Amino acid sequence: MATELRNMRLYRRRSRRNAIYMGLSLASAAIGLSWLALILGTLVINGISGLSLSVFTEMTPPPGGTGGLANAIVGSLIMTGLAVLIGTPIGTLAGTYMAEYGRYDKLTPVIRFINDILLSAPSIVIGLFIYEIVVARMGHFSGLAGALALAVIVLPVVVRTTEDMLLLVPNTLREAAAALGTPTWYIIAKVAYRAARAGIITGVLLAVARITGETAPLLFTALNNQFWSADLLAPMPSLPVVIFQFALSPYENWRDLAWTGALLITFAVLTLSVLARVLSSKSGGER
Amino acid sequence: MADHTVKSYDDELKNLHEDILRMGGIAEAQFASAIQAVTKRDPDIAALTVKGDVKLDELNNIVDQRVVRMLALRQPMASDLREIISSLKIAADVERMGDYAANIAKRSIAIAEMRPVKPLASIPRMGRLVQHLIKDVLDAYNERNAEKAKQVWLRDEEVDDAYNALFRETLTYMMEDPRNITPCTHLLFVAKNIERVGDHATNIAETIYFIVHGQTLNENRPKGDSSSFLVVNPGDDAAKA
Amino acid sequence: MSMMANTLGAASAQRTNEDTPEKISVRDLSFFYGESKALKNISLPLYERTVTAFIGPSGCGKSTLLRCLNRMYELYPKQRAEGEVLMDGENILNPKQDLNLLRAKVGMVFQKPTPFPMTIYDNIAFGVKLYENLSRAEMNERVESSLRRAALWDEVKDKLNTSGLGLSGGQQQRLCIARTIAVRPDVILFDEPCSALDPISTSKIEELIDELKDQYTIAIVTHNMQQAARVSEFTAFMYLGELIEYDRTEKIFTTPSVKKTEEYVTGRFG
Repeated sequence: MATELRNMRLYRRRSRRNAIYMGLSLASAAIGLSWLALILGTLVINGISGLSLSVFTEMTPPPGGTGGLANAIVGSLIMTGLAVLIGTPIGTLAGTYMAEYGRYDKLTPVIRFINDILLSAPSIVIGLFIYEIVVARMGHFSGLAGALALAVIVLPVVVRTTEDMLLLVPNTLREAAAALGTPTWYIIAKVAYRAARAGIITGVLLAVARITGETAPLLFTALNNQFWSADLLAPMPSLPVVIFQFALSPYENWRDLAWTGALLITFAVLTLSVLARVLSSKSGGER
Repeated sequence: MADHTVKSYDDELKNLHEDILRMGGIAEAQFASAIQAVTKRDPDIAALTVKGDVKLDELNNIVDQRVVRMLALRQPMASDLREIISSLKIAADVERMGDYAANIAKRSIAIAEMRPVKPLASIPRMGRLVQHLIKDVLDAYNERNAEKAKQVWLRDEEVDDAYNALFRETLTYMMEDPRNITPCTHLLFVAKNIERVGDHATNIAETIYFIVHGQTLNENRPKGDSSSFLVVNPGDDAAKA
Repeated sequence: MSMMANTLGAASAQRTNEDTPEKISVRDLSFFYGESKALKNISLPLYERTVTAFIGPSGCGKSTLLRCLNRMYELYPKQRAEGEVLMDGENILNPKQDLNLLRAKVGMVFQKPTPFPMTIYDNIAFGVKLYENLSRAEMNERVESSLRRAALWDEVKDKLNTSGLGLSGGQQQRLCIARTIAVRPDVILFDEPCSALDPISTSKIEELIDELKDQYTIAIVTHNMQQAARVSEFTAFMYLGELIEYDRTEKIFTTPSVKKTEEYVTGRFG
């Protein structure tokens, strides 16, 4: 009888504690989410009014004039695309080395450690680095330098996801392929990549999402350009830098455009993230 | 050998073993009282003995069920498999022993109603021989003693010899006086049944040897029973021997 | 009782050591994971077109031994084998032995079904393409015959172009067997092929192994003693990296010579 009473008291205390923790967690989640909602709401309210076809067709305007963000959008697309083109193959191959050929190599943990540092390096440092080795030597800012800076950001993300995704491919699958007399490169190309494909693509998409909003490295490398420019060797405009510049300006039409640009970037990143999520859940279902 | 990882398997084997021993004990007692019924010409003992056989049949059925169950549920291997399969065989042998004892008891009633004949005196001696065989073979089973089992197997020859002697003796008496024919025939069957009980004890001995060694006793056993080949004509020397 | 002995005698007479050549002879084989010795001087034969089963408690080295036969261990660092494994008289442990050619000759089926993430057709064609240049028609023919041999054709013939991952566990395992025999090996190693399968699928695989032995030399590692008893002609019992007893299967499961074997097969340890 006595033990029963004590147990009941213990049980009630635990229930109470559970209720408190649940309440706290719920409140925290609500606060976090409400900030996100607030940001999205502000963006939509301030940005939607400026959204029109001219945003995509006209160049950035002078103060007080009318215009759009076409040159910035295209600049962003060019630099992002180039960064992915440079970063992905190198990153995938490096990740492949770490997960496949060099899995038991002593070098691999070293590479992984350095890569992790690069992964968490502040992007402004990367911008400065590219400024030193590219911009300073060329003597001027350029779209190429911007793309290179972004590529350096893409690289560690892709290395990491490629390695992780390949490590997730069950060893039994490799053994099964090897048991048929398959050479290692063929196992990687035909079996491991295939099994990890969705994961690797997800990694690339996340890397793209990350660089889409990067401002700091571009300030030191691509700078900006008021006008249309597809010349990689000349300064190139980009959405984040334009937003940075316009948002700080005293001109109302620039500030409105900055809101619109921010809205565009946010939705681009959101779309990429959702896409990545869909892809990764698909690959999860396959296994 | 060590116990099974699954303890209930050991319990089942133990139960099986105990059932066989119980059957053996009953058969031993049944046989003893059947012999007693013959020698003491006591129809009461005889009746009890006939009734007692039911218990052996029941136990035999239980053993059958246990064996089927264990074969199905435990998938026994190696020594366990031999042990379980052998239980089936030993139980059948013991059950047959019981049948012979009951048969002897039935005949004792008829024998008691007739005048005693002299060869009756040989029955207790033969009975004792077989009783010892039963006891020893049950001990051998309990101890898993293949050597003891083999001794039983070899000693069956004595029983066969005793039966042969009795066979000749009864024939002589039947030839002497036709009035002896009926009791002597009954007596002959009794002797034959005793001899059969001895044979089943030998079977059990062989089975025990198989349990222990996983092989059959393959030496040639001395065969003592030559009565199947014996031809006796009235006035022959053989009959008088 | 004597009848039982006769049957045993007849079965053993059926296949004596003389009338079947040794396909593989393991001689004084030791295996090391780093410093620890996982196999201790194992010697035994694998007879041609015969099923040899390896049984023993977990960690006894039976899978390790199997992985020596196609040198699967070389995928991992710090694992090495000493001694000899002769296949058709050649020591396959010789470093000069080409690994991929060896593995094409010694196929392996694993514990978990491992279909590649591609279509059923491509799963079969995968290994064939490595060593043979077949026309489309020849390849079709090969895929069909392999699937038929693995008793899977009727179940998948209408969906050859769907993913192999969509099949049930038992079907996947038979797909893996089909994939293995498509390469036309001499030897097939089965590493607990049924441990992830239901009883019906297990029976199908066992039946398949029985059919395959007229063409291939088969080695099977299994935790299931009844399975070893059902499918194999010879059984090796291993314990703590040592070969305790190797004999005809019926001998191992009725009257093993070594007490340890007896205790294992009767369920007294392991």
